[in-house]
Amino acid sequence: MNGSQPSFIRDWLGGLGQFALLAREAFGAAFRFRTSWPDLIQQIYFMGVKSQSVVIITGAFTGMVLGAQSFMQFHKVGMESATLAVVSVSMCSELGPVLTALMVAGRVGAAMAAELGTMRVTEQIDALRTMATHPVDYLVTPRLLAGFIVLPLLTAESIAIGITAAYFVGVYLLGVDPTYSWAHMLRHTDNIDVLTGITKSILFGGMIAIIGSYKGMNCGEGAEGVGRATTQAVVYSSIAILISNFFLTLSLGQLLTQLL
Amino acid sequence: MIEVRQLCRSFGPRPILENVSFRIERGESTVIIGRSGGGKSVLLKHLIGLLMPDSGEVLIAGENITGMNERELLRVRSRFGMVFQGAALFDSMTVAENVAFPLVRQRQLTAAQIATRVSEALEMVELPGTEAKRPSELSGGMRKRVGLARAIVYRPEIVIYDEPTTGLDPVVSDSIDKLIIRVRDTLRVTSVVVTHDMRSARRVGNRVVMLHNRRVHVTGSPEEVFNSSDPIVQQFINGISNPKEVTF
Repeated sequence: MNGSQPSFIRDWLGGLGQFALLAREAFGAAFRFRTSWPDLIQQIYFMGVKSQSVVIITGAFTGMVLGAQSFMQFHKVGMESATLAVVSVSMCSELGPVLTALMVAGRVGAAMAAELGTMRVTEQIDALRTMATHPVDYLVTPRLLAGFIVLPLLTAESIAIGITAAYFVGVYLLGVDPTYSWAHMLRHTDNIDVLTGITKSILFGGMIAIIGSYKGMNCGEGAEGVGRATTQAVVYSSIAILISNFFLTLSLGQLLTQLL
Repeated sequence: MIEVRQLCRSFGPRPILENVSFRIERGESTVIIGRSGGGKSVLLKHLIGLLMPDSGEVLIAGENITGMNERELLRVRSRFGMVFQGAALFDSMTVAENVAFPLVRQRQLTAAQIATRVSEALEMVELPGTEAKRPSELSGGMRKRVGLARAIVYRPEIVIYDEPTTGLDPVVSDSIDKLIIRVRDTLRVTSVVVTHDMRSARRVGNRVVMLHNRRVHVTGSPEEVFNSSDPIVQQFINGISNPKEVTF
Protein backbone atom coordinates (compact mmCIF):
# COMPACT_ATOMS: atom_id res chain seq x y z
CA MET A 1 0.00 0.00 0.00
CA ASN A 2 2.41 2.70 -1.10
CA GLY A 3 -0.33 4.86 -2.58
CA SER A 4 1.30 5.09 -5.99
CA GLN A 5 -1.36 3.10 -7.84
CA PRO A 6 -4.79 4.67 -8.39
CA SER A 7 -7.16 3.99 -5.52
CA PHE A 8 -9.85 2.32 -7.64
CA ILE A 9 -7.41 -0.39 -8.71
CA ARG A 10 -6.38 -0.86 -5.09
CA ASP A 11 -10.03 -1.03 -4.00
CA TRP A 12 -10.86 -3.43 -6.79
CA LEU A 13 -7.97 -5.75 -5.99
CA GLY A 14 -8.74 -5.50 -2.28
CA GLY A 15 -12.37 -6.40 -2.93
CA LEU A 16 -11.33 -9.33 -5.08
CA GLY A 17 -9.06 -10.56 -2.30
CA GLN A 18 -11.82 -10.29 0.31
CA PHE A 19 -14.20 -12.08 -2.03
CA ALA A 20 -11.68 -14.90 -2.49
CA LEU A 21 -11.20 -15.20 1.28
CA LEU A 22 -14.96 -15.36 1.84
CA ALA A 23 -15.32 -17.98 -0.90
CA ARG A 24 -12.53 -20.08 0.59
CA GLU A 25 -14.02 -19.87 4.08
CA ALA A 26 -17.51 -20.71 2.80
CA PHE A 27 -16.36 -23.63 0.63
CA GLY A 28 -14.29 -24.99 3.53
CA ALA A 29 -17.26 -24.76 5.87
CA ALA A 30 -19.61 -26.28 3.27
CA PHE A 31 -17.21 -29.15 2.70
CA ARG A 32 -17.12 -29.88 6.46
CA PHE A 33 -20.88 -29.27 6.69
CA ARG A 34 -20.49 -26.57 9.35
CA THR A 35 -24.17 -25.72 9.26
CA SER A 36 -27.38 -27.15 10.64
CA TRP A 37 -30.16 -28.97 8.82
CA PRO A 38 -32.90 -26.50 9.84
CA ASP A 39 -30.89 -23.54 8.48
CA LEU A 40 -30.17 -25.40 5.24
CA ILE A 41 -33.77 -26.51 4.77
CA GLN A 42 -35.00 -22.98 5.37
CA GLN A 43 -32.68 -21.66 2.66
CA ILE A 44 -33.70 -24.44 0.27
CA TYR A 45 -37.32 -23.53 0.90
CA PHE A 46 -36.66 -19.85 0.34
CA MET A 47 -34.57 -20.36 -2.79
CA GLY A 48 -36.51 -23.24 -4.28
CA VAL A 49 -40.15 -23.22 -3.29
CA LYS A 50 -40.48 -19.46 -3.29
CA SER A 51 -38.93 -19.23 -6.77
CA GLN A 52 -41.50 -21.54 -8.35
CA SER A 53 -43.62 -18.86 -9.99
CA VAL A 54 -40.72 -17.06 -11.69
CA VAL A 55 -39.13 -20.31 -12.85
CA ILE A 56 -42.38 -21.72 -14.25
CA ILE A 57 -43.23 -18.51 -16.11
CA THR A 58 -39.68 -18.07 -17.45
CA GLY A 59 -39.43 -21.70 -18.58
CA ALA A 60 -42.86 -21.83 -20.18
CA PHE A 61 -42.70 -18.60 -22.12
CA THR A 62 -39.10 -19.09 -23.25
CA GLY A 63 -40.02 -22.55 -24.57
CA MET A 64 -43.14 -21.22 -26.24
CA VAL A 65 -41.48 -18.28 -27.99
CA LEU A 66 -38.51 -20.39 -29.01
CA GLY A 67 -40.87 -23.04 -30.41
CA ALA A 68 -42.89 -20.47 -32.36
CA GLN A 69 -39.80 -18.70 -33.72
CA SER A 70 -38.08 -21.94 -34.78
CA PHE A 71 -41.29 -23.15 -36.40
CA MET A 72 -41.56 -20.00 -38.50
CA GLN A 73 -37.99 -20.35 -39.75
CA PHE A 74 -38.19 -24.11 -40.37
CA HIS A 75 -41.58 -23.74 -42.03
CA LYS A 76 -39.92 -21.87 -44.91
CA VAL A 77 -37.79 -24.90 -45.73
CA GLY A 78 -40.39 -27.49 -44.82
CA MET A 79 -38.58 -28.83 -41.74
CA GLU A 80 -41.26 -28.11 -39.13
CA SER A 81 -40.66 -31.38 -37.29
CA ALA A 82 -37.16 -30.18 -36.27
CA THR A 83 -38.72 -27.45 -34.11
CA LEU A 84 -38.85 -29.42 -30.89
CA ALA A 85 -35.28 -30.69 -31.34
CA VAL A 86 -33.98 -27.12 -31.53
CA VAL A 87 -36.02 -26.10 -28.51
CA SER A 88 -34.81 -29.09 -26.52
CA VAL A 89 -31.10 -28.67 -27.25
CA SER A 90 -31.08 -24.93 -26.59
CA MET A 91 -33.20 -25.22 -23.45
CA CYS A 92 -31.05 -28.01 -22.01
CA SER A 93 -27.60 -26.58 -22.60
CA GLU A 94 -28.10 -22.80 -22.65
CA LEU A 95 -31.44 -21.15 -22.04
CA GLY A 96 -32.62 -23.34 -19.16
CA PRO A 97 -29.59 -22.85 -16.91
CA VAL A 98 -28.87 -19.24 -17.89
CA LEU A 99 -32.40 -17.84 -17.70
CA THR A 100 -33.20 -19.71 -14.48
CA ALA A 101 -29.97 -18.46 -12.92
CA LEU A 102 -30.66 -14.88 -14.02
CA MET A 103 -34.17 -14.98 -12.55
CA VAL A 104 -32.93 -16.51 -9.30
CA ALA A 105 -30.10 -13.95 -9.14
CA GLY A 106 -32.70 -11.19 -9.37
CA ARG A 107 -34.94 -12.68 -6.73
CA VAL A 108 -32.68 -14.55 -4.32
CA GLY A 109 -29.32 -12.79 -4.81
CA ALA A 110 -30.96 -9.44 -4.12
CA ALA A 111 -32.79 -10.76 -1.07
CA MET A 112 -29.57 -12.25 0.34
CA ALA A 113 -27.65 -9.01 -0.09
CA ALA A 114 -30.48 -6.98 1.46
CA GLU A 115 -30.92 -9.34 4.42
CA LEU A 116 -27.23 -9.73 5.25
CA GLY A 117 -26.60 -6.04 4.54
CA THR A 118 -29.30 -4.99 7.01
CA MET A 119 -27.87 -7.43 9.55
CA ARG A 120 -24.45 -5.87 9.09
CA VAL A 121 -25.69 -2.29 9.35
CA THR A 122 -27.68 -3.03 12.54
CA GLU A 123 -24.65 -4.82 14.08
CA GLN A 124 -26.43 -8.19 14.04
CA ILE A 125 -23.42 -9.77 12.32
CA ASP A 126 -21.14 -8.39 15.06
CA ALA A 127 -23.61 -9.77 17.61
CA LEU A 128 -23.29 -13.21 16.01
CA ARG A 129 -19.53 -12.98 16.28
CA THR A 130 -19.67 -12.04 19.96
CA MET A 131 -21.83 -15.10 20.59
CA ALA A 132 -19.03 -17.35 19.35
CA THR A 133 -20.80 -18.01 16.04
CA HIS A 134 -18.82 -17.72 12.82
CA PRO A 135 -20.95 -15.56 10.50
CA VAL A 136 -19.83 -17.56 7.46
CA ASP A 137 -20.95 -20.87 9.03
CA TYR A 138 -24.28 -19.46 10.11
CA LEU A 139 -25.15 -17.17 7.20
CA VAL A 140 -23.15 -18.03 4.08
CA THR A 141 -22.68 -21.82 4.21
CA PRO A 142 -26.39 -22.74 4.25
CA ARG A 143 -26.99 -20.32 1.38
CA LEU A 144 -24.10 -21.74 -0.63
CA LEU A 145 -25.22 -25.35 -0.12
CA ALA A 146 -28.81 -24.38 -0.92
CA GLY A 147 -27.58 -22.75 -4.15
CA PHE A 148 -25.77 -25.94 -5.16
CA ILE A 149 -28.83 -28.07 -4.45
CA VAL A 150 -31.66 -25.84 -5.61
CA LEU A 151 -30.42 -24.36 -8.90
CA PRO A 152 -30.00 -27.72 -10.72
CA LEU A 153 -33.49 -28.74 -9.60
CA LEU A 154 -35.02 -25.45 -10.73
CA THR A 155 -33.13 -25.68 -14.01
CA ALA A 156 -34.36 -29.21 -14.68
CA GLU A 157 -37.88 -28.03 -13.93
CA SER A 158 -37.53 -25.04 -16.22
CA ILE A 159 -36.16 -27.22 -19.07
CA ALA A 160 -39.01 -29.71 -18.72
CA ILE A 161 -41.63 -26.96 -18.64
CA GLY A 162 -40.03 -25.17 -21.60
CA ILE A 163 -40.04 -28.31 -23.77
CA THR A 164 -43.61 -29.19 -22.77
CA ALA A 165 -44.78 -25.67 -23.55
CA ALA A 166 -43.03 -25.74 -26.94
CA TYR A 167 -44.62 -29.12 -27.65
CA PHE A 168 -48.08 -27.75 -26.98
CA VAL A 169 -47.50 -24.63 -29.07
CA GLY A 170 -45.99 -26.64 -31.93
CA VAL A 171 -48.47 -29.51 -32.01
CA TYR A 172 -51.77 -27.89 -30.98
CA LEU A 173 -51.32 -24.33 -32.20
CA LEU A 174 -49.09 -24.59 -35.24
CA GLY A 175 -49.96 -28.12 -36.36
CA VAL A 176 -46.57 -29.86 -36.27
CA ASP A 177 -46.60 -33.65 -36.42
CA PRO A 178 -46.22 -34.88 -32.81
CA THR A 179 -44.56 -38.24 -33.53
CA TYR A 180 -41.83 -36.90 -35.78
CA SER A 181 -41.23 -33.98 -33.43
CA TRP A 182 -40.75 -36.26 -30.47
CA ALA A 183 -38.52 -38.68 -32.37
CA HIS A 184 -36.30 -35.88 -33.71
CA MET A 185 -36.03 -34.31 -30.30
CA LEU A 186 -34.84 -37.56 -28.73
CA ARG A 187 -32.38 -38.22 -31.55
CA HIS A 188 -30.76 -34.78 -31.44
CA THR A 189 -30.64 -34.20 -27.70
CA ASP A 190 -27.57 -35.85 -26.20
CA ASN A 191 -26.85 -36.73 -22.60
CA ILE A 192 -24.03 -34.19 -22.92
CA ASP A 193 -26.55 -31.37 -23.50
CA VAL A 194 -28.46 -32.22 -20.33
CA LEU A 195 -25.28 -32.73 -18.31
CA THR A 196 -23.79 -29.45 -19.54
CA GLY A 197 -26.91 -27.57 -18.46
CA ILE A 198 -27.06 -29.18 -15.03
CA THR A 199 -23.34 -28.70 -14.38
CA LYS A 200 -23.64 -25.05 -15.34
CA SER A 201 -26.59 -24.59 -13.03
CA ILE A 202 -24.68 -26.00 -10.04
CA LEU A 203 -21.90 -23.47 -10.64
CA PHE A 204 -24.38 -20.62 -11.17
CA GLY A 205 -26.10 -21.53 -7.88
CA GLY A 206 -22.80 -21.22 -6.04
CA MET A 207 -22.02 -17.89 -7.75
CA ILE A 208 -25.37 -16.34 -6.86
CA ALA A 209 -25.05 -17.38 -3.20
CA ILE A 210 -21.45 -16.25 -2.78
CA ILE A 211 -21.85 -12.92 -4.60
CA GLY A 212 -25.13 -12.10 -2.78
CA SER A 213 -23.60 -12.98 0.60
CA TYR A 214 -20.37 -11.11 -0.09
CA LYS A 215 -22.17 -7.96 -1.15
CA GLY A 216 -24.42 -8.12 1.91
CA MET A 217 -21.68 -8.82 4.43
CA ASN A 218 -19.46 -6.05 3.08
CA CYS A 219 -22.09 -3.42 2.38
CA GLY A 220 -21.68 0.27 3.16
CA GLU A 221 -23.35 2.10 6.02
CA GLY A 222 -27.04 2.93 6.25
CA ALA A 223 -29.96 2.47 3.92
CA GLU A 224 -27.90 3.71 0.98
CA GLY A 225 -25.26 1.05 1.58
CA VAL A 226 -27.85 -1.73 1.70
CA GLY A 227 -29.52 -0.41 -1.46
CA ARG A 228 -26.25 -0.29 -3.34
CA ALA A 229 -25.25 -3.77 -2.15
CA THR A 230 -28.57 -5.17 -3.38
CA THR A 231 -28.19 -3.64 -6.83
CA GLN A 232 -24.57 -4.73 -7.10
CA ALA A 233 -25.42 -8.28 -6.05
CA VAL A 234 -27.89 -8.61 -8.93
CA VAL A 235 -25.69 -6.86 -11.50
CA TYR A 236 -22.49 -8.72 -10.59
CA SER A 237 -24.08 -12.13 -10.39
CA SER A 238 -25.88 -11.62 -13.70
CA ILE A 239 -22.64 -10.54 -15.38
CA ALA A 240 -20.75 -13.43 -13.80
CA ILE A 241 -23.40 -15.87 -15.06
CA LEU A 242 -23.37 -14.50 -18.62
CA ILE A 243 -19.59 -14.36 -18.95
CA SER A 244 -18.85 -17.69 -17.31
CA ASN A 245 -21.57 -19.31 -19.41
CA PHE A 246 -19.57 -18.63 -22.58
CA PHE A 247 -16.43 -20.26 -21.19
CA LEU A 248 -18.41 -23.12 -19.68
CA THR A 249 -20.05 -23.82 -23.04
CA LEU A 250 -16.63 -23.99 -24.68
CA SER A 251 -15.00 -26.15 -22.03
CA LEU A 252 -17.79 -28.34 -20.65
CA GLY A 253 -18.76 -29.87 -24.01
CA GLN A 254 -15.22 -31.17 -24.58
CA LEU A 255 -14.66 -32.12 -20.97
CA LEU A 256 -17.85 -34.14 -20.70
CA THR A 257 -17.29 -35.84 -24.08
CA GLN A 258 -13.92 -37.06 -22.86
CA LEU A 259 -15.30 -38.17 -19.52
CA LEU A 260 -18.24 -40.13 -20.95
CA MET B 1 -8.22 -10.17 32.97
CA ILE B 2 -8.02 -7.68 30.10
CA GLU B 3 -4.88 -5.82 29.20
CA VAL B 4 -4.44 -3.34 26.37
CA ARG B 5 -0.87 -2.43 25.43
CA GLN B 6 0.10 0.47 23.20
CA LEU B 7 -2.94 0.04 20.98
CA CYS B 8 -3.05 2.18 17.82
CA ARG B 9 -5.81 2.17 15.27
CA SER B 10 -6.74 4.45 12.40
CA PHE B 11 -9.52 4.36 9.83
CA GLY B 12 -8.05 5.39 6.51
CA PRO B 13 -5.84 8.42 7.12
CA ARG B 14 -7.64 9.37 10.36
CA PRO B 15 -6.07 8.08 13.59
CA ILE B 16 -8.71 7.12 16.19
CA LEU B 17 -6.61 5.63 18.99
CA GLU B 18 -2.91 6.19 19.71
CA ASN B 19 -0.85 4.27 22.27
CA VAL B 20 -3.80 3.35 24.45
CA SER B 21 -2.80 1.16 27.41
CA PHE B 22 -4.76 0.05 30.47
CA ARG B 23 -5.61 -3.02 32.52
CA ILE B 24 -8.93 -4.32 33.78
CA GLU B 25 -8.77 -6.75 36.72
CA ARG B 26 -11.08 -9.71 37.26
CA GLY B 27 -14.40 -8.76 38.83
CA GLU B 28 -13.78 -5.07 38.29
CA SER B 29 -16.32 -2.77 36.72
CA THR B 30 -14.65 -0.29 34.44
CA VAL B 31 -16.30 2.67 32.76
CA ILE B 32 -14.76 4.18 29.65
CA ILE B 33 -15.79 7.80 29.13
CA GLY B 34 -14.90 10.33 26.49
CA ARG B 35 -16.33 12.55 23.79
CA SER B 36 -18.63 11.26 21.06
CA GLY B 37 -16.61 10.00 18.12
CA GLY B 38 -13.58 9.76 20.39
CA GLY B 39 -13.01 6.06 19.75
CA LYS B 40 -14.73 4.54 22.82
CA SER B 41 -16.82 2.05 20.86
CA VAL B 42 -13.84 1.32 18.61
CA LEU B 43 -11.76 0.54 21.69
CA LEU B 44 -14.51 -1.72 23.03
CA LYS B 45 -14.66 -3.66 19.78
CA HIS B 46 -10.92 -4.27 20.03
CA LEU B 47 -11.36 -5.92 23.42
CA ILE B 48 -13.52 -8.66 21.92
CA GLY B 49 -11.65 -8.95 18.62
CA LEU B 50 -14.37 -7.45 16.42
CA LEU B 51 -11.70 -5.02 15.24
CA MET B 52 -7.95 -5.60 15.12
CA PRO B 53 -5.38 -2.94 16.07
CA ASP B 54 -2.89 -1.52 13.56
CA SER B 55 -0.26 -2.02 16.25
CA GLY B 56 -0.22 -2.93 19.91
CA GLU B 57 -1.70 -5.88 21.78
CA VAL B 58 -4.87 -6.95 23.52
CA LEU B 59 -4.50 -9.71 26.11
CA ILE B 60 -7.47 -11.62 27.47
CA ALA B 61 -6.59 -13.68 30.58
CA GLY B 62 -2.95 -13.52 29.51
CA GLU B 63 -3.61 -14.64 25.95
CA ASN B 64 -2.73 -12.28 23.11
CA ILE B 65 -5.71 -12.09 20.76
CA THR B 66 -4.19 -9.75 18.16
CA GLY B 67 -3.54 -11.55 14.91
CA MET B 68 -5.85 -14.44 15.77
CA ASN B 69 -8.13 -15.50 12.94
CA GLU B 70 -11.91 -15.54 13.21
CA ARG B 71 -12.09 -19.22 14.21
CA GLU B 72 -9.50 -18.90 16.98
CA LEU B 73 -11.32 -15.83 18.25
CA LEU B 74 -14.57 -17.79 18.63
CA ARG B 75 -13.05 -19.65 21.58
CA VAL B 76 -11.87 -16.42 23.25
CA ARG B 77 -15.21 -14.74 22.63
CA SER B 78 -17.12 -17.43 24.49
CA ARG B 79 -15.82 -15.70 27.66
CA PHE B 80 -17.59 -12.50 26.62
CA GLY B 81 -21.12 -11.18 26.47
CA MET B 82 -21.71 -7.94 24.64
CA VAL B 83 -24.64 -5.54 24.81
CA PHE B 84 -24.80 -3.41 21.66
CA GLN B 85 -25.76 0.23 21.38
CA GLY B 86 -28.81 -0.60 19.24
CA ALA B 87 -29.33 -3.96 21.01
CA ALA B 88 -28.60 -5.79 17.68
CA LEU B 89 -31.42 -8.29 18.28
CA PHE B 90 -32.13 -10.69 15.42
CA ASP B 91 -35.33 -9.25 14.03
CA SER B 92 -36.33 -12.48 12.31
CA MET B 93 -36.63 -14.22 15.69
CA THR B 94 -38.80 -13.88 18.79
CA VAL B 95 -37.41 -12.63 22.11
CA ALA B 96 -37.08 -16.21 23.39
CA GLU B 97 -35.25 -17.35 20.24
CA ASN B 98 -32.93 -14.37 20.51
CA VAL B 99 -32.03 -15.11 24.12
CA ALA B 100 -31.75 -18.85 23.44
CA PHE B 101 -29.53 -18.31 20.38
CA PRO B 102 -26.10 -18.67 22.05
CA LEU B 103 -27.23 -21.76 23.98
CA VAL B 104 -28.76 -23.38 20.89
CA ARG B 105 -25.50 -22.78 19.02
CA GLN B 106 -23.45 -24.38 21.82
CA ARG B 107 -25.53 -27.58 21.51
CA GLN B 108 -24.86 -28.65 25.09
CA LEU B 109 -28.28 -28.26 26.69
CA THR B 110 -31.66 -29.85 25.97
CA ALA B 111 -34.56 -27.75 24.75
CA ALA B 112 -36.17 -27.83 28.21
CA GLN B 113 -32.96 -26.70 29.93
CA ILE B 114 -32.59 -23.90 27.40
CA ALA B 115 -36.18 -22.74 28.01
CA THR B 116 -35.50 -22.61 31.77
CA ARG B 117 -32.29 -20.63 31.29
CA VAL B 118 -34.07 -18.23 28.92
CA SER B 119 -36.87 -17.51 31.38
CA GLU B 120 -34.33 -17.06 34.20
CA ALA B 121 -32.38 -14.56 32.10
CA LEU B 122 -35.55 -12.68 31.16
CA GLU B 123 -36.57 -12.56 34.82
CA MET B 124 -33.17 -11.17 35.73
CA VAL B 125 -33.71 -8.28 33.30
CA GLU B 126 -37.29 -7.85 34.58
CA LEU B 127 -39.01 -8.90 31.38
CA PRO B 128 -40.72 -12.16 32.34
CA GLY B 129 -43.38 -13.44 29.95
CA THR B 130 -42.12 -11.59 26.87
CA GLU B 131 -40.79 -14.76 25.22
CA ALA B 132 -43.20 -14.76 22.28
CA LYS B 133 -42.82 -11.08 21.37
CA ARG B 134 -40.88 -9.84 18.36
CA PRO B 135 -38.07 -7.28 18.81
CA SER B 136 -40.05 -4.80 16.68
CA GLU B 137 -42.85 -4.82 19.30
CA LEU B 138 -40.51 -3.71 22.10
CA SER B 139 -39.50 -0.23 23.25
CA GLY B 140 -35.86 0.90 23.16
CA GLY B 141 -35.28 0.15 26.83
CA MET B 142 -36.87 -3.27 26.57
CA ARG B 143 -34.75 -4.13 23.55
CA LYS B 144 -31.59 -3.22 25.47
CA ARG B 145 -32.72 -5.44 28.34
CA VAL B 146 -33.36 -8.35 25.97
CA GLY B 147 -29.88 -7.69 24.54
CA LEU B 148 -28.51 -7.93 28.07
CA ALA B 149 -30.43 -11.15 28.75
CA ARG B 150 -28.94 -12.62 25.56
CA ALA B 151 -25.45 -11.55 26.63
CA ILE B 152 -25.65 -13.13 30.08
CA VAL B 153 -27.67 -16.28 29.36
CA TYR B 154 -24.54 -18.37 28.75
CA ARG B 155 -22.88 -16.98 31.90
CA PRO B 156 -19.84 -15.26 30.42
CA GLU B 157 -16.95 -14.03 32.58
CA ILE B 158 -16.87 -10.56 31.03
CA VAL B 159 -19.84 -8.44 29.93
CA ILE B 160 -19.22 -5.38 27.80
CA TYR B 161 -21.79 -2.65 27.29
CA ASP B 162 -21.68 -0.22 24.38
CA GLU B 163 -23.51 2.94 25.51
CA PRO B 164 -26.24 1.09 27.42
CA THR B 165 -28.23 4.20 28.40
CA THR B 166 -27.88 6.30 25.25
CA GLY B 167 -31.24 7.37 23.87
CA LEU B 168 -33.22 6.29 26.93
CA ASP B 169 -35.14 8.51 29.35
CA PRO B 170 -33.64 9.07 32.85
CA VAL B 171 -35.99 6.59 34.54
CA VAL B 172 -35.23 3.78 32.10
CA SER B 173 -31.52 4.70 32.23
CA ASP B 174 -31.67 4.33 35.99
CA SER B 175 -33.20 0.87 35.68
CA ILE B 176 -30.47 -0.16 33.20
CA ASP B 177 -27.78 1.10 35.62
CA LYS B 178 -29.29 -0.94 38.43
CA LEU B 179 -29.44 -3.95 36.15
CA ILE B 180 -25.73 -3.61 35.27
CA ILE B 181 -24.90 -3.45 38.98
CA ARG B 182 -27.12 -6.44 39.74
CA VAL B 183 -25.58 -8.51 36.93
CA ARG B 184 -22.11 -7.59 38.17
CA ASP B 185 -22.89 -8.54 41.77
CA THR B 186 -24.98 -11.68 41.26
CA LEU B 187 -23.05 -13.23 38.37
CA ARG B 188 -19.67 -11.83 39.55
CA VAL B 189 -18.70 -10.78 36.05
CA THR B 190 -16.05 -8.32 34.96
CA SER B 191 -17.87 -5.42 33.32
CA VAL B 192 -16.68 -2.85 30.83
CA VAL B 193 -19.11 0.00 30.14
CA VAL B 194 -18.69 2.66 27.49
CA THR B 195 -20.85 5.68 28.21
CA HIS B 196 -21.06 9.43 28.11
CA ASP B 197 -23.81 9.47 30.71
CA MET B 198 -21.95 10.87 33.75
CA ARG B 199 -24.56 9.77 36.29
CA SER B 200 -24.32 6.25 34.97
CA ALA B 201 -20.50 6.35 34.99
CA ARG B 202 -20.47 7.44 38.64
CA ARG B 203 -22.80 4.64 39.71
CA VAL B 204 -21.68 1.55 37.84
CA GLY B 205 -17.92 2.00 37.79
CA ASN B 206 -15.23 0.89 40.26
CA ARG B 207 -12.79 2.49 37.92
CA VAL B 208 -13.00 5.15 35.22
CA VAL B 209 -10.84 5.42 32.11
CA MET B 210 -11.18 8.69 30.23
CA LEU B 211 -10.18 8.91 26.57
CA HIS B 212 -9.23 12.30 25.19
CA ASN B 213 -7.42 13.22 22.00
CA ARG B 214 -7.03 9.55 21.02
CA ARG B 215 -5.21 8.66 24.27
CA VAL B 216 -6.04 7.63 27.81
CA HIS B 217 -6.24 10.98 29.57
CA VAL B 218 -6.89 9.84 33.15
CA THR B 219 -7.68 6.62 34.93
CA GLY B 220 -8.69 6.14 38.54
CA SER B 221 -11.58 5.49 40.89
CA PRO B 222 -14.77 7.46 40.17
CA GLU B 223 -14.08 9.73 43.18
CA GLU B 224 -10.57 10.51 41.99
CA VAL B 225 -11.68 11.26 38.43
CA PHE B 226 -14.81 13.23 39.27
CA ASN B 227 -13.00 15.31 41.91
CA SER B 228 -9.96 15.84 39.73
CA SER B 229 -8.95 19.44 39.12
CA ASP B 230 -7.79 18.64 35.57
CA PRO B 231 -9.50 21.23 33.33
CA ILE B 232 -10.25 18.75 30.53
CA VAL B 233 -11.87 16.29 32.93
CA GLN B 234 -13.88 19.05 34.62
CA GLN B 235 -15.01 20.44 31.29
CA PHE B 236 -16.15 16.99 30.18
CA ILE B 237 -17.98 15.89 33.32
CA ASN B 238 -19.73 19.21 33.70
CA GLY B 239 -20.62 19.26 30.02
CA ILE B 240 -19.21 22.69 29.18
CA SER B 241 -18.52 23.34 25.52
CA ASN B 242 -15.68 25.44 24.30
CA PRO B 243 -16.95 27.30 21.21
CA LYS B 244 -13.47 27.33 19.71
CA GLU B 245 -12.99 23.59 19.64
CA VAL B 246 -16.44 22.09 19.28
CA THR B 247 -16.66 19.54 16.51
CA PHE B 248 -19.86 17.67 16.01
